[in-house]
Amino acid sequence: MNKLSLFGLLGLVIRRDLLLAMRRRADVLTTLIFFVMVVSLFPLGVGPEPDMLRKMAAGVLWVAALLASMLSLPRMFSADYLDGTLEQMMLAPQSLTMMVLGKIIAHWMLSGLPLVLIAPVLGLQFDMSVQALWVLMLALLLGTPVLSMIGAIGAALTLGLRGGGVLVSLLVLPLCIPVLIFGAGAVEAVNSGMDAISNLSLLGAFLLFALVFTPFVAAQALRISME
Amino acid sequence: MQQAFKLEVVDLACERGDLRLFSGLSFELAAGELMQVQGENGSGKTTLLRTLCGFVQPIEGKVLWSGQDIGEWDDNYHAQMCYLGHLNAIKDELSAIENLQMSAGLAGFSVSESDAITVLRRMGLRRKEHLPVRVLSQGQRRRVALSRLLVGDSKLWILDEPLTALDVGAVGLMQELIGEHLSNGGMVIFTTHQPLQVAGVQTRQLALS
Repeated sequence: MNKLSLFGLLGLVIRRDLLLAMRRRADVLTTLIFFVMVVSLFPLGVGPEPDMLRKMAAGVLWVAALLASMLSLPRMFSADYLDGTLEQMMLAPQSLTMMVLGKIIAHWMLSGLPLVLIAPVLGLQFDMSVQALWVLMLALLLGTPVLSMIGAIGAALTLGLRGGGVLVSLLVLPLCIPVLIFGAGAVEAVNSGMDAISNLSLLGAFLLFALVFTPFVAAQALRISME
Repeated sequence: MQQAFKLEVVDLACERGDLRLFSGLSFELAAGELMQVQGENGSGKTTLLRTLCGFVQPIEGKVLWSGQDIGEWDDNYHAQMCYLGHLNAIKDELSAIENLQMSAGLAGFSVSESDAITVLRRMGLRRKEHLPVRVLSQGQRRRVALSRLLVGDSKLWILDEPLTALDVGAVGLMQELIGEHLSNGGMVIFTTHQPLQVAGVQTRQLALS
């Protein structure tokens, strides 16, 4: 028997979640299509005024990304909870924190990364400058993993509750406000001719902080939910 | 050094909600022993088994593995046990082989495809190894879940209603597997409402009321 290392375990959990998602593609696509729809509704609703669109672009894209990531959160642990896999994960003589981190990374790759990649295309609808688009992508790249990580705690706490889907949004959205402020702020800074580096650094700091603490906290939350 | 493994339950009391299910429960289970937990619906069989796994913290008393509280053993206790609950813990989208490999992987070891096939054939799933579990029947899914017992080398099997949905042949196979496990120095504690006789082994009964 070959014992798995911590990173072997991490890789296994990520591979497993990605494989499951590939066999059930609809879940991944709904998040992405939701994001595209919400963002596209704004130019239609507000009207084709380039100045106004340019101004609101960052805010709209970030709020839509936030809502889209909420949409997929309840799914993070619920399938494993319902079919008993989560029980087995807890019984595994392995680090639950590492498994949770694996699930978070897989969740981000399926629900966060597609948003990062499609955001520049949507940004064109708002007549964003090339530089602003780059900063937007970078900010989303740093910010969306934080959303998945904070969301994991909420998803773990609301596991098995009736109406958990709405509850998780109420729980997690307020905690994501800093990410929204600095993420949108980074693009705003570029638009007004300033340097976005301070906003991006703060997002990077959030990311590191969340990376260290949230998997552990989410693992503890799962233990509580399983009792 | 090869230790003599033993599961001890000392003066255990458990509650579900505010309902006291049982209290003052004590027993020992040594290597090679088979124990059946009996009781009416709602008498706390599943809660007892989940307490033995460490999911549920007992109100009073403790669960000892080789003389040490299971909470202190940490992962080393979990490495020596295998729990099979009401839920199969298998994924509809994956094939039987993938399910077996994944659950073994999560438990910390890797199983080669040929080993997985051998185990699944033993469980009577010949030619169904590569099918998505979605298309299998309830009994066949249960067989996939049970095949997890045969990979790895856990000493203690905790089985909650292992015979659900199994046909007569599979029940016979389970009896055979449990018999083999016991003769290899393993121990089994299980609940069932069906009769389960293992040749050459006295089934100890534990009644919850």
